[in-house]
Amino acid sequence: MNAPASPPSPYSSATHNAKIESHTLSVLVDNEPGVLARVVSLFSGRGYNIESLTVAEVAHADHLSRITIVTSGAPETIDQIHHQLERLVPVRQVTDLTASKRSLERELAMIKVRGRGENRSDALQVAEAFRARVVDATTESFIFELTGRPAKIDEFVDLMRPIGLVEVSRTGVAAISRGPDPI
Amino acid sequence: MSKEMTGAEMVVQALIDQGVDTLFGYPGGAVLPIYDVLFHQEKVHHILVRHEQGAAHAAEGYARASGKVGVLLVTSGPGATNTVTGLTDALMDSIPLVCITGQVPTHLIGSDAFQECDTVGITRHCTKHNYLVKNVADLPRILHEAFYVASSGRPGPVVIDIPKDVQFARGVYTPPAGAGHKTYHPKLDADMDAIRTAVAMMAAAKRPIFYTGGGVINSGPAASALLRELVALTGFPITSTLMGLGAYPGSGENWLGMLGMHGTFEANNAMHDCDLMIAVGSRFDDRITGRLDAFSPGSKKIHIDIDRSSINKNVKVDLPIVGDCGHVLEALVRVWRAEAMHAEKQPLDHWWAQINEWRERKSLAYRTSDTTIKPQYAVQRLYALTRNHDVYITTEVGQHQMWAAQHFHFDEPNRWMTSGGLGTMGYGLPAAIGAQLAHPNALVIDIAGEASILMNIQEMSTAIQYRLPVKIFILNNEYMGMVRQWQELLHGGRYSHSYSEALPDFVKLAEAFGGKGIRCSDPATLDAAIQEMIDYDGPVIFDCHVDKIENCFPMIPSGKAHNDMLLADLSDDAGLEIGSIIDEKGKMLV
Repeated sequence: MNAPASPPSPYSSATHNAKIESHTLSVLVDNEPGVLARVVSLFSGRGYNIESLTVAEVAHADHLSRITIVTSGAPETIDQIHHQLERLVPVRQVTDLTASKRSLERELAMIKVRGRGENRSDALQVAEAFRARVVDATTESFIFELTGRPAKIDEFVDLMRPIGLVEVSRTGVAAISRGPDPI
Repeated sequence: MSKEMTGAEMVVQALIDQGVDTLFGYPGGAVLPIYDVLFHQEKVHHILVRHEQGAAHAAEGYARASGKVGVLLVTSGPGATNTVTGLTDALMDSIPLVCITGQVPTHLIGSDAFQECDTVGITRHCTKHNYLVKNVADLPRILHEAFYVASSGRPGPVVIDIPKDVQFARGVYTPPAGAGHKTYHPKLDADMDAIRTAVAMMAAAKRPIFYTGGGVINSGPAASALLRELVALTGFPITSTLMGLGAYPGSGENWLGMLGMHGTFEANNAMHDCDLMIAVGSRFDDRITGRLDAFSPGSKKIHIDIDRSSINKNVKVDLPIVGDCGHVLEALVRVWRAEAMHAEKQPLDHWWAQINEWRERKSLAYRTSDTTIKPQYAVQRLYALTRNHDVYITTEVGQHQMWAAQHFHFDEPNRWMTSGGLGTMGYGLPAAIGAQLAHPNALVIDIAGEASILMNIQEMSTAIQYRLPVKIFILNNEYMGMVRQWQELLHGGRYSHSYSEALPDFVKLAEAFGGKGIRCSDPATLDAAIQEMIDYDGPVIFDCHVDKIENCFPMIPSGKAHNDMLLADLSDDAGLEIGSIIDEKGKMLV
C-alpha cells in the first residue's frame, strides 16, 4: 500500500508511520436483510480498506452467514476494524485469521485467454504447472479454472498476460482455521 | 397476553408494555393507521411537534432528563429524512431513542412511490440498528427488541420502518419477554484482575486524575453516586467532558471544571502533567485531547468503557476495562475499600499544591463591564438566580454553549442536555420541551444563541400548545459567535457571512407565538429581568443583548497541546496577534 493521499492530521500523528498489514477477518453474522450493507458501509463510512470480500450462507437452519474480508491498515486500525465490526448488532463473532496464524485461504478464479498456435500450447503448459483446469475451449480461446492462494492466482494471471489474457473473474478469499476446532 | 390485533395496534400496545408515556410525533399518510389507534387510547401521551427534527431532539431531551428511552413517530419520506440529524445526534451522544417511521406499502417499495424513501438505507449510518418490517408476524419481536437494543450496552437510536400494509395486517401480539435479543448481550461486568490492577495503579499514583464522560450519566444515577464515593475515598482530582457534567458535583471540592478545548487551565494542565489518568465513560474525542502526540505524555492510562471499540481508538491506553461504568465503579470502590485503604499510598499534597497554583490562574475570569452585559456574566446571574429551583438546562451550539458549560454548575446528573458530539444548532429548544415533559414542575431553560434558536424556533408552537413553560435565554450578539471567533483566529478577521443582518424582534416573536418576550441590554436591570422570566408561568423568550465581540476563553487552539492554552487576559496583551497563534497545520483542523 502507498502512503495516504492526504497529509497526516496534527490530531493524529501517532500512527501515520506505522507498517501497513493485510489481514483476513472472518465475520459470522445473522443472515438478515441489510447485514452485508451494514458491514460494507462500516468500512466506507470509517475509511477502511476492503481488498476482497466474500459472503455466503453457511448454516441455513440457524440463518448464519460468513463474511470473509481481506483488509489492510496499520495494526491499530485492524484492531479498530475488528471491534467496530463486533459492535454491529447482527454480528455474532469476528476472528482475525491472520493474527491467529493458523488459517487456510483459498480463492477461485476463471481466466479467459485468447490465442492461436504457439500461444495456445504455452497457455496449456502454464495451466498444467499451476494445476488449472480447462472449463471451456474454442479454436481460439480457453477458460481456465484455478483454485489457490490469492498470490498464486496473481502469478498465473501475470503469466497469461503476454500469452493473450482477455479477462479474469475472481471469487475473493474464503478462509477457515486449521485443525479440529471451529474458527 | 398473546392476542390477535393489527400491526398498528401492536405498535401502540408495545409502547404501553414498554412503559412509554410520552411520544413525540407528526402524522402523515404512511402512519395514519397508528395515529388512528392513538386516537382511541389515553395511556400514551402524544406530543405534536412542528418539524420531525424537533421530535427527535425532544425525544433526546426527554431521554436524557428522565433516563428512559425517548420515542418518536413520523411518516415516510420527508418525515423520516427530517429525523436524520436528530438520529445522528443521538448516535454521537449515545442517547437511547426508538424512532418509528411509516413506509409505503410493501408492494410499492422500490417504485419511487409518493413519499417513499429508503429509510433503512438512509438511517443505517446514523442508527445503532434499524429494521424494515415486511411481515406483521415479526412486528412484536422487533418492537420489543428495538427498546432493548436502544437502551442496552452503549445506548443509541433505533429505527423501525413499518410499511402501511403491515400496519393494517392482523397478527398475534406477544408481550415483551426473555433476553431482549437472541445474541446481542453487551458485557457489563469487568474482569476482576483488571479491577485489582487498576486499584494497585491508583494506590501507587503520585499525580492521578479522573477524566469522566457521558458514559457515567448514561449508566444511571447509581454510577454517579459511586463516582462521588470513589473520588471521596481516593481524594483524587476530577475533571469531566462536556457530556459528563453533573456526574460529579460542580460545587465539589475535588472538581477541576470541564476539560478540553474550552476547559479550565487547571483541568487541562492536570491532564497534561498527571502520572495516572482514569478515563471513565469518556472517549478521548478530539475536542478533549487537542494535539494527540502531545496528549498527556507522561501518564499511564486506564480506560473504562462499555464500548470495546472506544478503547485505543484515538489514544493508546495501558489498562482497558470493558464494562458498564456503574458496574466497574462499584467493583473499584469495593476493591479499593478492601485493599488500598490499608496499603501504603502516595501522598497527594504536592499534586494538589500544583493544582491549586493552576487554579489561581482563574482561567474563567473575564473583563467585566457596567455598560454592556458580558455573556459570561449573564450565565453567572442566571445560575445564581436559579440555584433554589429544580432546574434543567439545555443549550444550542456555539459560544453560548461553552459559556453555559463553564459558568453554570451542575450538582446532579441528567440536568444538563447539550449536543456534544454532533454539535447540532437547533437542539436546545426541542430538547427543553422533552425535558419539561419529563419534569413538568421543573424550571427548564434553553441557553441559546440568536442564530441557533432560529433553526428550530417553530417548536415554540409546541410549547404553547402543551402549556410547557420552557424558558429560552438567548445570548444575542448578532453573530454566529463561534464562527466569528474562528474567523478572527484563523481567517484574519474576515467575518464571511457570520453576521445576521436581519434578526427578528424576539419579543414580538414570543408574543406572536403566544408566549412572553423580555429584552435586556443593561447589566443593572439584568437580575430583575431574569427574575421576571423565572416567575412567568409560560414559555418565555429572553432576548439578552450581550457584548458582540466577546471571545470564548480559555481555548486550546487547533493543533495545540493541553499545556498550550490561550487565556483571556493573554489575548488582550498588546503585541500578541491573535490570528498568528494557530499554525498552518492547525488551520486544517475543524
